[in-house]
Amino acid sequence: MEQEKIIEVKNLTKKFKDLTAVNKLDLNVYRGDVFGFLGPNGAGKSTTIRMLLSLISPTSGEIKIFGKNILTDRNDILRRIGAIVEKPDFYGYLSAYDNLEIFGRLSGCNPSKSLIMETLELVGLQKRYKSKVKTFSHGMKQRLGIAQALLHDPELIVLDEPTTGLDPQGMKDIRELIFHLSNDRKKTIFLSSHILYEVELVANRMIIIDKGTTVVEGKVEDLLNSAELKVTLEADDAARAAAIITKEFPSIKIESVTATKVLFNSGKDTIPLINRALIINGVNVSSLVPVRSLEEYFLQLTDKVAK
Amino acid sequence: MNQLIRIELFKIFKKVRSYIGFIAIAILVPVIQIALYIEGEHILDFLTQNLKQNFFFVGNFLNGYLIAFIVLGSLMVHIPFLITLVTGDLLAGEATAGTYRMLLTRPVSRTKIITAKFIAGNLYTHAIVLWLAVFSMGLGVIIFGTGELILIADNITIFAKDDIIWRFALAYGYGALSMSVVASLSFMFSSLVENSIGPIISTMAIIIVFIIISSINVTFFENLKPYLFTTYMQRWRDFFQDPLDTGVIIKSGLILLGHIIAFFSAALFIFKKKDILS
Repeated sequence: MEQEKIIEVKNLTKKFKDLTAVNKLDLNVYRGDVFGFLGPNGAGKSTTIRMLLSLISPTSGEIKIFGKNILTDRNDILRRIGAIVEKPDFYGYLSAYDNLEIFGRLSGCNPSKSLIMETLELVGLQKRYKSKVKTFSHGMKQRLGIAQALLHDPELIVLDEPTTGLDPQGMKDIRELIFHLSNDRKKTIFLSSHILYEVELVANRMIIIDKGTTVVEGKVEDLLNSAELKVTLEADDAARAAAIITKEFPSIKIESVTATKVLFNSGKDTIPLINRALIINGVNVSSLVPVRSLEEYFLQLTDKVAK
Repeated sequence: MNQLIRIELFKIFKKVRSYIGFIAIAILVPVIQIALYIEGEHILDFLTQNLKQNFFFVGNFLNGYLIAFIVLGSLMVHIPFLITLVTGDLLAGEATAGTYRMLLTRPVSRTKIITAKFIAGNLYTHAIVLWLAVFSMGLGVIIFGTGELILIADNITIFAKDDIIWRFALAYGYGALSMSVVASLSFMFSSLVENSIGPIISTMAIIIVFIIISSINVTFFENLKPYLFTTYMQRWRDFFQDPLDTGVIIKSGLILLGHIIAFFSAALFIFKKKDILS
């Protein structure tokens, strides 16, 4: 049975005078996905998200969310979405509580005091509910942003760079919250980020865009398995190890060699063969560490596109 | 829609800048009244010295009503600035604060949002005019008492005590309509930009230029006057004529109303088409 499409974008284009910010973009997000939306700065991520949320109108193409067209069924769609678009800005002269009450009412849920307090508790701001938002740190505003996105219990949550400017603990908290929303509350999450490691940890499907166009889309696991890994080899005689690798596996490019370390790129399946070859040739291997980084993958792909 | 308007009013009255107008009126009106309390009799004697050669003046002419009339005339030029501080910020302020993104990703149409803001802005405007009315007339009556209203312009008109209140009520109502034009103009400018300083300065610049043009008695400018909305904003004085020229007042009111509709329609058109990039 085909999975239910929550977001369906076809041939989406947005032009600002001479600049094409998004160019014939296609993407599909299915129910239950934690969908990573990746790309470098200026790739068109925020423009796409703004079109998904009807903040800006597309030049051409089609956006369907929950099977409905955003241009004709905007209110029906937005009622079922919670979102943070770029940095969450609030009415600084109002308290956290007042802000949530306003945005909750505008989302059509008329939140009770207990619901607002529960939501604040979820993001760890319950003790500051009376404080004016202008006294909040960036991290606290981010958490309040997530609170307003969750308050009306939406089916789809759009998070645009939710960890930007957060400290490591804040990033971890957001990651755990995404796990909680996805696993326990069964929400569909559309997660835009330029922190690629973050998407790698939480997303099951992803798209990488560059210059407004799709570079690759699919399951995170499949895409990463097909990617070249950056491998760090530690051995007693690194120079000899590098020579053996070059001889036995001519397609592998050695990036650097030090006294004890060799750095090279390799496919996942080749790594055990390299290990065996080194042992057979009498090289004592201390460690063979593949770095399965989405960042490396991303750079490989965008580099290919650039070329 | 009621909920949206309540939210907008809540936001307006939670901002410190919204009280500047009320505070300014609360300071200016007593200052003018104290000055008139000290100098008023002398000024009135000067203005009526020729008349006193032929007529006997009996009664309290320097009363709360005359003071309210003088205050209304003095402050009607300055009230627009106090209003634009708030109405010029209604849309641009959201862009500056970045809250457009939060506001416009809700399941509420842009038409409803802008209409609620417009209505809330106008309610604020009317509250300022009402504050001016209550403060200038209430305090005036307390300090100076009541009496007949004597007005000296091209001719002398004296209104009996029981013929005054309704004229003031209508004049303040007309003043509120005039100030709604100012509010609508700054609201339209506010839909165009992302910083509220622009709408405030632009609106005041237009009002000042129009008032200057209106006050220069040159044929070319005289021909322009019917096309300047500021010309019709001064028509609140027509309620203190006897008999009332209702035709002129209604026509002027309709022209002001037309301006309000035109400015709001332009703001609506701009806002609905606007890409939110802030």
